[in-house]
Amino acid sequence: MIVQQALNALQLGSIYALIALGYSMVYGVLRLINFAHGDIFMIGSYAALFLAVYLNMPIALILPLAFCAVGLLGVTIERLAYRPLRTAPRASAVITALGVGLFLETITLAVVGPEPKKFPALIDLNIITIGAFTATNIQIIIIAVSIALMTALDRLIAKTKTGMAMRALSWDKTYAPLFGINVDKIISFTFAIGAGLAAVAGIFVGLAYPIIDPYMGIIVGWKAFVSAVIGGIGNVKGAVVGGFLLGAVEILSAAFLPSTYKDMIVFGLLLIILLFRPSGLFGVPVQKKV
Amino acid sequence: MKQKLIVAVLICIGITVFSSCKDSNVISIGVNAELTGSIPVAGKSCVNAAKMAAAEINDQGGIAVDGKTMRVEILAEDNEDKAESAAAVAQKFVSKGVVAMIGPNASRNAVPAAIVAESNKLIMISPWSTIPKLTEKKKYIYRSCFTDDFQGVVVSSFIYKKLKARRAAVLFDITSEYNKGIAEVFKAEFIKAGGAVTAFESYSTGDKDFSAQLSKIKASRADVLFLPNYYNEVPLQIQQARQQGLKGMIVGSDSWGSEEILTLGKDIMNGLYFTTHYAPDMATEKAKKFIADYEAKYGAKPDDVAALTYDAFGMLFESVKKAKSRNPENVLAELSKLSNFPGVTGTMKFSSGSGSPVKSAVVIQIRDNAFKYYDTVNP
Repeated sequence: MIVQQALNALQLGSIYALIALGYSMVYGVLRLINFAHGDIFMIGSYAALFLAVYLNMPIALILPLAFCAVGLLGVTIERLAYRPLRTAPRASAVITALGVGLFLETITLAVVGPEPKKFPALIDLNIITIGAFTATNIQIIIIAVSIALMTALDRLIAKTKTGMAMRALSWDKTYAPLFGINVDKIISFTFAIGAGLAAVAGIFVGLAYPIIDPYMGIIVGWKAFVSAVIGGIGNVKGAVVGGFLLGAVEILSAAFLPSTYKDMIVFGLLLIILLFRPSGLFGVPVQKKV
Repeated sequence: MKQKLIVAVLICIGITVFSSCKDSNVISIGVNAELTGSIPVAGKSCVNAAKMAAAEINDQGGIAVDGKTMRVEILAEDNEDKAESAAAVAQKFVSKGVVAMIGPNASRNAVPAAIVAESNKLIMISPWSTIPKLTEKKKYIYRSCFTDDFQGVVVSSFIYKKLKARRAAVLFDITSEYNKGIAEVFKAEFIKAGGAVTAFESYSTGDKDFSAQLSKIKASRADVLFLPNYYNEVPLQIQQARQQGLKGMIVGSDSWGSEEILTLGKDIMNGLYFTTHYAPDMATEKAKKFIADYEAKYGAKPDDVAALTYDAFGMLFESVKKAKSRNPENVLAELSKLSNFPGVTGTMKFSSGSGSPVKSAVVIQIRDNAFKYYDTVNP
C-alpha cells in the first residue's frame, strides 16, 4: 500500500509542480504573483479538449500545440494586462492578475457553458497489476513527461543564454538591461514557458481526472501557489520540490489519517514552514537596501 | 449640464419605480436554481420544469384567485450553487413579494435559503433537497422528495439483502450537507442490519484526486462501495476506483439521477445501481404525459430534478386553487392540509405538521447507457 500511495503522490505532485513552476518563474522575473495562472491551466485543458474533439488530433500533436497556443495566451496577457502596470504599485498588478483570472473563467463559462465536460481518452488505458499494486500507463506517462520537462527547463535556465538572461533579470531588474538584455523579450519568454507548462498540466489533469469544468483552476491553482511558496517563490527548483512535497503530504495524510484532515494538514504545513523559513525552503531572504 | 443631470436622475428614478412596480394581475413564483456552479444541469432541469408547469396552467387560463383569473409568472434566479447566493436569492424573492419560492435543489443551498424563507414567512418548496433537517421545526418549508433518513435505509437494505454484501465502504464529500448526511445515515443503518463499514472516507467539493482514499478502501477489502455524491463527480470516482483495482459493485444515491452522469461516465457506469425518486420507464399515466410533454418541449428526458420540480409546482398550484388567494398565509394553510397528493414521482403523503412527504423510492440499474427500473421500495 505504501508503494501504491507513493505512486499516487508522484502523479499529483507532478501536476502541482508543473503549475507551481509558472508561479515561481513569473515571480522571479517580475516580482508579480500571477493569480491568473490557475485559470491559464484550465484554458490548457479546454484547448486540448478542443484539439482532440474537433480536430481529432493525437496526443503527440496536442501536447506541443497546446503548449504553444497557451504559451501565446500567456504572452498576450502579459503584453495587454501586466506590461502597462509594470511600474505601478505591486498591489495594482496583483489585483489585475485576479481580474484576468476571473475574466478567463467567465469567458470559458460563456463560450463552453457551465456543464462539466468529459475529457476524451487520448491514451488507451492499460492497468498494470503486480500483486496488490496497480499502476496505469497514464500515471507513468504523466510522471515521466513531467520529470523530462522539468529537467529540460532546468538545463534551459542553467545552460542557455536566454536562461542566463532570466537569472540576471531575477537578480537585478535595473542593471540587467545595461548588459544588453532585452527585458521585454525575456519577460515574454518567461510567461510563454510558464503558461505552456500549465497547459501541459491541464492536459495531464484531463488524462488522469477526465472531467473538466471552468472552475477547475481555482483549487488546483491555489495548491500550486502554495507549492511555489513552500519551495520559495522565485526559485525554480523550490517550485518542483514544493509541488512534490505538497502532493505527498496530501496523499499520505488522506491515506493514514482520516481523510477529513487532508486540507488542514496541507495548509498547516505551509504555516509551519513559513514560520521557520519565511522565504520558503529554497528561498533566499531579500535584504532591502535603504 | 445641470438640466441634463436632472433629466438623467429622473429617468433613473422612473425606471426603478416602474420596474419594481408589481403587476397586480399575476401570481409570481420564484425559482431559486443552480444555473451555474458544479451542478448546472440540475438547475436547468428545475427551470425547464418550472416554465413548463407554468405554461400548462396558463394555457388553461390561469388560476382563479381573489375573484380574478390570474396567470402564473416564473421569476428564475441563479444561486450559483453557493450557500450565500442561495440565501441572497431567497431574500430577493422576499422583497419582490412572490407567492412562494421553489428551490434550491442541493441541500447545501436549500438549508441556508430555508433559514431566510422561514424568518421572512416565505413559502419554500425544495424539489431535490433530501437532508432531514431542512423541514424540521419549520412552518414554511416543504419539499417534494423523500428524506435521507428513508433513503439511507433503502440503500442499506438493498446492499445487505439484494446484493448480499456484508462489507461496505463509503467515499463522500464532507463539505456538502447532503453527502455527509446520507453517508452517516447509511453507516448507522448498515451496521444496525449486521454489516460492517470497512472504510468511511471523505473529500472536499472540487477535489479531483481520490487515489489515496480509494487505495485505502481497496485495502479494507470492501465488497461494495457506496458513493452518495453528485453526478458531476461520481464518474471520476468510479474511474479512479477501477484504476486502483477495485472490482466490486458500486452503488449510488439520488444525486446520481441526472442523465449527465451517462455522458460523463459512459461505459464505466454500466451495471451499477442507485436509489432515486422515480423511473421514467415505470411511470403512471400522469407521469407518462409529463415525460412526453417534457421531451417534446426540451428534447431531453426529464431527470429527477425536473420531475420533482414539476411536483413541487403541482403541490403549490393545488394549494393556491383551494385557497383561492395569493396571500401566502392562506396558501400555506391549504398546503399544510395537503395529505395525499398524486405527483409524477409517486403519491406524496404529508403527516400533519411535517413539510416532508412520505413516498416510495425506486432502485435504478444503469444498463446500455440508460437508466432502467429495477425495484420499488415502500416506506
